[in-house]
Amino acid sequence: MSGRVLVGVKRVIDYAVKIRVRPDKTGVVTDGVKHSMNPFCEIAVEEAVKLKEKKLIKEVVAVSCGPQQAQETIRTALAMGADRGIHVEVTGKDYDTLGPLQVSKILAALAKKEDAQLVILGKQAIDDDCNQTGQMTAALLDWPQGTFASEVSMEGDKVKVVREIDGGLETVKINIPAVVTADLRLNTPRYATLPNIMKAKKKKIANVKPADLGVDLTSRLEVLRVDEPPQRQAGMKVETVDDLVGKLKETGHI
Amino acid sequence: SLLGASLSLSAHRCIQLYTTLHRRTCSSGTAPRITTHYTIHPRDKDPRWEGIEMERFADEADVVIVGGGPAGLSAAIRLKQLANEHEKELRVCLVEKASQIGAHTLSGACLEPSALTELFPDWKERGAPLNTPVTEDVFSILTEKHRIPVPMLPGLPMRNHGNYIVRLGNFVRWLGEQAEELGVELYPGYAASEVLFHEDGSVKGIATNDVGIAKDGSPKDIFERGMELHAKVTLFGEGCHGHLAKQLYKQFNLRENCEPQTYAIGLKELWTIDEKKWRPGRVEHSVGWPLNRNTYGGSFLYHLNEGEPLVALGFVIGLDYSNPYMSPFREFQRWKHHPFVAPTLEGGHRIAYGARALNEGGLQSIPKLTFPGGLLIGCSPGFMNVPKIKGTHTAMKSGMLAAEAIFSKITAENVDSETTGLHVPEYSDSLKSSWVWKELYSVRNIRPSFHNYFGLYGGMIYTGIFYWILRGKEPWTLKHCGLDANQLKPAKDCTPIDYPKPDGKISFDLLSSVALSGTNHEGDQPPHLTLKDDSVPVARNLGIYDGPEQRFCPAGVYEYVPLETGDGMRLQINAQNCVHCKTCDIKDPSQNINWVVPEGGGGPAYNGM
Repeated sequence: MSGRVLVGVKRVIDYAVKIRVRPDKTGVVTDGVKHSMNPFCEIAVEEAVKLKEKKLIKEVVAVSCGPQQAQETIRTALAMGADRGIHVEVTGKDYDTLGPLQVSKILAALAKKEDAQLVILGKQAIDDDCNQTGQMTAALLDWPQGTFASEVSMEGDKVKVVREIDGGLETVKINIPAVVTADLRLNTPRYATLPNIMKAKKKKIANVKPADLGVDLTSRLEVLRVDEPPQRQAGMKVETVDDLVGKLKETGHI
Repeated sequence: SLLGASLSLSAHRCIQLYTTLHRRTCSSGTAPRITTHYTIHPRDKDPRWEGIEMERFADEADVVIVGGGPAGLSAAIRLKQLANEHEKELRVCLVEKASQIGAHTLSGACLEPSALTELFPDWKERGAPLNTPVTEDVFSILTEKHRIPVPMLPGLPMRNHGNYIVRLGNFVRWLGEQAEELGVELYPGYAASEVLFHEDGSVKGIATNDVGIAKDGSPKDIFERGMELHAKVTLFGEGCHGHLAKQLYKQFNLRENCEPQTYAIGLKELWTIDEKKWRPGRVEHSVGWPLNRNTYGGSFLYHLNEGEPLVALGFVIGLDYSNPYMSPFREFQRWKHHPFVAPTLEGGHRIAYGARALNEGGLQSIPKLTFPGGLLIGCSPGFMNVPKIKGTHTAMKSGMLAAEAIFSKITAENVDSETTGLHVPEYSDSLKSSWVWKELYSVRNIRPSFHNYFGLYGGMIYTGIFYWILRGKEPWTLKHCGLDANQLKPAKDCTPIDYPKPDGKISFDLLSSVALSGTNHEGDQPPHLTLKDDSVPVARNLGIYDGPEQRFCPAGVYEYVPLETGDGMRLQINAQNCVHCKTCDIKDPSQNINWVVPEGGGGPAYNGM
């Protein structure tokens, strides 16, 4: 067992920022807007570092796909305790159309290349809310998956994952190598403190191009338009049940 | 009818007086604990902190700079330029509380490029974002329905010929990139929360904020101490009313020979407007309505030229106002409805909001600038040219002069200093013989000239005679009126102001505005708006002044809410809303509020403000 864990981290618009749709309706304004690491990715990094501190794994590798600024996100992961980083360079139009399918192909290729025994990702990104990358990565690798993890424990050559599902909690035991996606209650991520940021500057970040991994970035999806949600219309008050039925008939609802 | 109006006004006053007396005398609940911060409740006596590792990691640099604004970055850049010129190694570390450089920067702004040209003669080739030269300069005195134009003759301080309208946050971000290229170590997201001292009392450096303290002041599992950055000299560029500067004034008695600083609050919005209304390069300023002649303040509206039809607009109100019912936010919102302003905004869309305090004290309020181990630069000591409403060029120059003064001292073979932390009084001397001082001297009497019976009009006449004609050469220096916090009159002596409701198209409510600032803080941390005494707000601020902090805070941090049990009110501090403007620390009539820095990375997320 290589003892290596691959953690994917995504740079997203900070959750507290008010999003604005671009005037040309092709997307949202990102220029100069505050970005930070996707909160679920923070939880994923924390879990990987915890496993390393418990000496259950040997090395944590942080991966991010994107332009130059993605390196800041990798630095934060390094400051939290990852050992080295991989920056998969995706820029311009390719970055605008980058989605779970291409990212999962990249992660699958890297997982094989790095001989990872575990791939830990956030369950979803807060910008697109796709909740697909983890699942697709597992399928491409033909590895078992433990998604929406609220508890992860290593038991020999298996991983026990407690999953948060609609009805409650489900516990699965899956063979290593596997893909795990982190849910909110898995852990509380540590802060990336200044001394660690300074130390992280000395850790290595390798530069890789998707073509080097044999991945084709062409998107199968085309974004036609991005709009703000419709303005909430004022409601109407009625006095009696008959009025209500009448109004509903009037507006064609029944 | 007039009679009806005055009757209802007296009725209102009676109810108001009764409610105030009722609140003051009938509060049956005990004052709940509000402040949990360790600066008020020390941790060494706190049993919850027993056994917690408090040792800090320390690192050494040659120079540490607190604050990544125009002053701090200019100082850092100048230091590295000198180091490269003289082929010397210099480690310059800059800490900034915002999560990214420029995220806490807010200004009008019309930039005078003088200091920038000195710092980077090739700023245009380097891509500095000065994209909008001023083409039109319009000044008005507003009345409720009309406008009196005032010609912008050459020589008047408000004239902007040769200047650029900038989005200062973008300019600061660009300065940050230049600094990084030169090798400055920038650390955004880390706030300097403590000044460190050598045994001989000189400044040793700073410590960054601790993280992982819970709202009740106890340590969380993820608690970690901040880090110490030691330096030969520390530059403090925290901007207007910095919290570390406040401590340093006391520690080194820096304010014994100057007047107290006086301030204003500036609120600002960015709007995308109808292209037909867009006039890039147009600068509009106004005074008058909605303020009365005794309240200093006015508006700005600048048409930017950066691709889309964008205007930056805002309102500035002197914090020496006396009516506790004044709400700077609501004055700003109602000004936008003036017939001269509203047409520009009709059909437009508001995309950003923010606020910040600014200096109005000028020359009279500049403290001693140097002390063993440190220097004050930028708006922190305060070099704003008040009638021009420009402080960026002087802040940058002060940073550059500081760098030049320090450089020779820290690279000298034999360090010539009595204390371990270097004392560099040469900075003060070079500032006093620079154009900064000349400029501030010539405008020193304009702001204080407003303190007369005719208020605004007296001030304008004074400016016309003594500045425009005589260039500020009069031999006297007028004084200010003392601390802004002492100017409030008791609520019972003042009239509440009847502000119009926001219409949701041109004017807006406070909370939706705060949301646009992108401000956020980790919720589970002690409120960083600390009170020296938790019982003072209800007893004094609410009792005498009807809680002015509910109105002057541009982010809705302070709310007086009824107690859960019993009668009476309590102060609720919504610390997460804070936009770091510092107005509360300045204007609190009880001077009970002490703003300290929250966990680094928190605060507004301004984008090119």
